[in-house]
Amino acid sequence: MSDAISTVKKKAEEVEKVVVRFAGDSGDGMQLTGSQFSFTSAMFGNDLATFPDFPAEIRAPLGTVEGVSGFQVQIGKIDIYTPGDQADVLVAMNPAALKSNLGHAKKGGNIIVDLDAFDKRNIEKAGFSANPLEDHTLDDYNVVQAPISSLTKTALESIELDNKSIMRSKNMFALGMMYWLFDRPLTDTVRYLEAKFKKTPALIEANKKALYAGFHYAETVEALPSFYKVPPASIEKGKYRHVSGNVATAWGLMAASEKSGKRLFYGSYPITPASDILHELSKHKNFGVITLQAEDEIAAICSAIGASYAGQIGCTASSGPGLALKGEALGLAIMSELPLVIVDVQRGGPSTGLPTKTEQADLNIAIYGRNSEAPAIVIAASTPSNCFEFAYMAVKLSIEHMTPVILLTDGYLANGSEPWKIPNMSSMPDIVIPNPPNLNGSGFLPYVRDKEKLSRYWAIPGTIGLEHRIGGLEKQEETGNVSYDPLNHENMVRVRAEKVERVANYIPELEIIGEGVGKLLVVGWGGTYGGLFTSVKELQQSGRKVDLAHFNYINPLPKNTKDVFSKYEKVLVCELNMGQLASHLRSKFPGVKIESYTKIQGQPFTVTELKEQFLEQLKNNYEHNGRDQEEIYKTGLYQRSIGSVVSGLRRLLHPVGNAKCITPNGCCQRGCGVCIRNRLCCTIPVLHEYLWLPYRTWKRPGCSYRS
Amino acid sequence: MNTYGFHTVHGRGPAVATGVKLANPKLSVWEVQGDGDALAIGGNHFIHALRRNIDINILLFNNEIYGLTKGQYSPTSQMGKVTKSTPFGAVERPFHAAELVMGAQGTYYARTIDTNPKLMTEIFVKAAKHVGTSMVEILQNCVIFNDKTHGAITARENRDDFQLHIEHGKPMLFGKDKNKGIKLNGLKLEVVTVGENGITEKDILVHDAHTEDPTLHLMLARLTPPKFPMILGVIREVKAKAYYQMMEEEFEMSKTRAKYHTMDELLHGGETWEVK
Ligand SMILES: Cc1ncc(C[n+]2csc(CCOP(=O)(O)OP(=O)(O)O)c2C)c(N)n1
Ligand SMILES: [Mg+2]
Repeated sequence: MSDAISTVKKKAEEVEKVVVRFAGDSGDGMQLTGSQFSFTSAMFGNDLATFPDFPAEIRAPLGTVEGVSGFQVQIGKIDIYTPGDQADVLVAMNPAALKSNLGHAKKGGNIIVDLDAFDKRNIEKAGFSANPLEDHTLDDYNVVQAPISSLTKTALESIELDNKSIMRSKNMFALGMMYWLFDRPLTDTVRYLEAKFKKTPALIEANKKALYAGFHYAETVEALPSFYKVPPASIEKGKYRHVSGNVATAWGLMAASEKSGKRLFYGSYPITPASDILHELSKHKNFGVITLQAEDEIAAICSAIGASYAGQIGCTASSGPGLALKGEALGLAIMSELPLVIVDVQRGGPSTGLPTKTEQADLNIAIYGRNSEAPAIVIAASTPSNCFEFAYMAVKLSIEHMTPVILLTDGYLANGSEPWKIPNMSSMPDIVIPNPPNLNGSGFLPYVRDKEKLSRYWAIPGTIGLEHRIGGLEKQEETGNVSYDPLNHENMVRVRAEKVERVANYIPELEIIGEGVGKLLVVGWGGTYGGLFTSVKELQQSGRKVDLAHFNYINPLPKNTKDVFSKYEKVLVCELNMGQLASHLRSKFPGVKIESYTKIQGQPFTVTELKEQFLEQLKNNYEHNGRDQEEIYKTGLYQRSIGSVVSGLRRLLHPVGNAKCITPNGCCQRGCGVCIRNRLCCTIPVLHEYLWLPYRTWKRPGCSYRS
Repeated sequence: MNTYGFHTVHGRGPAVATGVKLANPKLSVWEVQGDGDALAIGGNHFIHALRRNIDINILLFNNEIYGLTKGQYSPTSQMGKVTKSTPFGAVERPFHAAELVMGAQGTYYARTIDTNPKLMTEIFVKAAKHVGTSMVEILQNCVIFNDKTHGAITARENRDDFQLHIEHGKPMLFGKDKNKGIKLNGLKLEVVTVGENGITEKDILVHDAHTEDPTLHLMLARLTPPKFPMILGVIREVKAKAYYQMMEEEFEMSKTRAKYHTMDELLHGGETWEVK
C-alpha cells in the first residue's frame, strides 16, 4: 500500500492553532486515537497540549453518557500551554459522546459523527428526545455525517477477522479522516500499529486499512470543503519527546536517585490518578528502584520512612484520600527529621469525590493537615513535563534539608501530556548528601544541626560508630534523647519551623510574567499554569496591563513574594478550590489586598473564562488599594515635618516602599511608589475623606519609607 | 551493645521495619510490638509483614491489655474481662496471635514467657537465624494493669503441668515426671499419661516444626490451660524465600532484560524527534 496522498484538490485554511476533541464509548479507543493524533502532530513540528477526560466507571453501560471517554488536544504553530477551551473539530462516535461533548464544541466548528451509531436505541440511551442529526440541535455546527462503522466494515471485508475486532478498528477510520483534515502523514501511526500488533499481522492489516480508508473517504466528503493547515511551531531547537505528568514524576524521582547515588524506595497503595507513577517505577528495577505495593497508604508512607532511615530515598504517592491517611506518619517523618517525598496527585474531593477529575483542593491539607506544629516543604508542579523537575527538586530539598517534602500535582497534569525538550542529566543540579561531620573521637549526636540550614545529619544504620535512636517522641536538642522538658519542646518546635522557613534561602524567587508593577497581578499555583499563562499573555498582547506570578514553591514562599505583591493595586489568586492559597497568602501578608477567583467543577480553567474575569477585574479597579480602611486608620498619617500632606497620604494609602512608578504610563521617575501627576487627582477626594486621620510626625519605629 | 533504633508510631512498626529491611537487607531488624499495637491498630501491617515474609523479627509482648493508656481491654483480653472500658466484662472474643500468623502464612512462630530468659534467648537466636519474618509471642505480665494474667501458666505451682516446651523432633511430653503427653486422636489433640490405659511413648506426638502445613501448628498454638498445657518454644519454622531475596532476583533479572541503563538513555530512548 502506498502512502496516502490527497488526490482531490481542496482548499487549505491556515490557522495558528486548533483544538480537536475525540469522544466515544470507553471501549472505542478514543484515548489511543487522541494520543496518535497528538504524536503525529508533534512529529510534524506543532506545539501541543493534551487532556484526556475519562469516566470513573471502568465499564459503564455501552452507549450511555456515563461511559463516554474523551481526549482533547490543541495543536499550534504558536506555543501552546493548554489543551484549549472548545474544540474546532469534535469527533463523536455515538449519540452519548455527542450529548456529553456538545458543550465542548465551538459554535461554527466541525462535528464528525459516526452516522451508523445514531440508531433509535442509542439516541434514547444518550438521553436525546429525538435524533439530534435531524432536528435543530446542531444548527450552529458544520456536521459531517460519516457512516464510519459500515465503511470500516466494507474496507476490511477481505480480512479474516471476527466482527468484534473489525469494529474495533473504526477508531482508525476516524483517525484517518482527521489526518486528511489536518494534512498529516500516516506514517507515524502505521509504524506504531506495526509495533503494537507485531504478533497478530491481521490486526496490523485491519487497522492500517481502516486508517487509509478514513483518509481517502474524508477527501471525498462534500461537508469538508477545506482542510486545516497548522504549520510547525518555532520551538526551541533540540531533541523532544512526549511525556505525561505521572511519567515525568516517576522519572524525576529516578533522576534524583541516580544523581544522589541513593536508591529510590517507592511505597505506594494504588489510587487514581496516582497509580501510573507506581506502574512506571516498577518497570525500572534495574535502576535500583524498589517498589512496594503496600497494604494501605499508612504502610506505604511508613515503609518509605523506614527506607529513609536506612539511608535510601523514601518516597510515596497518593491522591487526597491517601494523603489524609498519611498524616500521622508524616508527622513522624517531620519529628524524626528524615528525608521523605510525598506526591499528591490531586483529584476532586472530599472523600472519594471525583476520582478521575482534577482539583487543587489539597493545598490546605498539604500545608496544615497534621496534628500539632508540623511544617513540611510544599511544592507544586505546573506543567506535565515540569513534574520531572519538581519531583527532582522534591528529593533534593528533602535530602539537603532533612525534612519531608510534599509535591502537589493533579489529575490534569498527571494524565495530560506535552512535547518535552529532553534534559541531560549533566544539567540537573547536584544533590548534596548531609553526611555526618567528622566526629574526631567524640560520640555521634543525631540532633546536632547544620548551622545554616538547621538540618540534622543523615547517619546510616549499619555504620559503626554512628549508632543512635530516633522516634516520634519529642527530642532533646542535640542528643535526640526523649525529653519532656517544657523549654526544650518550645525550642524544638521553633527550630523545626525555622528549618523549613530557611528553605526560602535555597529556592528561586517568584518570577513575574509582565512588567512587575501595575493594576492587576494574577496569581496561580500548580496545574493551572497553562490556562493562566495563555490568558494573561493574550491580554498583554492586546495592550492590557495584567501580570502573572505563578507559584511552584508554596511552603516556604519565595522570599520576594511580598515585594512582588506590593507593586500591584490588586492581587487576584486563581485556583481550582474555594480559595485556599488566597487564604494562606492573606494570613502571611495581612496588608496586601488579595482577592480570589475560583472554580470547583473538576475541570481546568478555560482561557475564555479567565480572560473575562481579568477584564472585569481591570474595570472596577480604582479603590484606594493597598490597605483597607481599618488599617489605614490604625496606621495613621505619618509625615515628615517638611513633607507635604499629599505625599504622606499617598504613602499611607499605598504602601509600596521604594517601588518604581506604578502608573500605567510610568510618567514619574522618582521611585516614590505612586505617580504624583496621575495619582493626585485621585488623591484629592480621598484626602477629603481622610482628613480626620490622626496626624503623627515621622520617625515611626520600624518604618522604612523615605520620600 | 549499641544499636540503631527507631521508635515509630503506634501500630506501624512492621511497615517501617519493612522499609528498613528492603532498603538495606543486610541489617538485622527487630521490631517490638504490644498486643494492641500489633493486633488492633496495626493488625493490617502485622499480617502483611508475615505474609510477605520480610525477614524481620517481631517480638510481640502480649499482656492482654492496653497498658500505656492505663488499662483498656485488648484484642487478646479474655471474654468477660473487666477493664476500665469494659466494666461489665468484655463481650468480644479474643484472638490468638498465632491464628493470625498461620492465617497470614507466617513462616516462624514461637512462644515464650517473660520470666524465662533461657528459653527466650534460645528462641531469639533461632528467630534471628530464620530467613523470613519471625514472630515471637512473649506472654508478658503487666504488674499494674493486668497482674497475673498469665498466672495459670507462669505461677510456680502451675509451671510443670501447664507449660509444654516443645522442640522439633522431640515427643511432646510434660509434667513433673515428664509422663504426660499430647496425642492426636482423629482431628483432636488430647492429653494422655504414659503408662496409663496402654499409652506408651510411641503414642505421643513428635513435634515437626518444619512441615509446611500449618494445621497442627495452629492446633498446638490454640491449646490453653486448664484442659491443656500452654505450648512454648518454636512451634513453626518453615523454609521459604524472603521478600528481599526475590526482590534481588528481580533486580538481577531486570538488569539482563533492561533496554536502558542510565537516566540519559531512558530519557532519550523511545519515540523522540529533533527540532531543528
Ligand atoms: C494513633 C494513636 N492512637 C492511640 C494511641 C494511644 N495508645 C498508645 S499505646 C496504646 C495501646 C497499647 O497497648 P499495647 O499495644 O497492648 O501495649 P502495652 O501498653 O500493653 O504494652 C494506645 C491506644 C496512640 N499512641 N496513637
Ligand atoms: Mg498490651
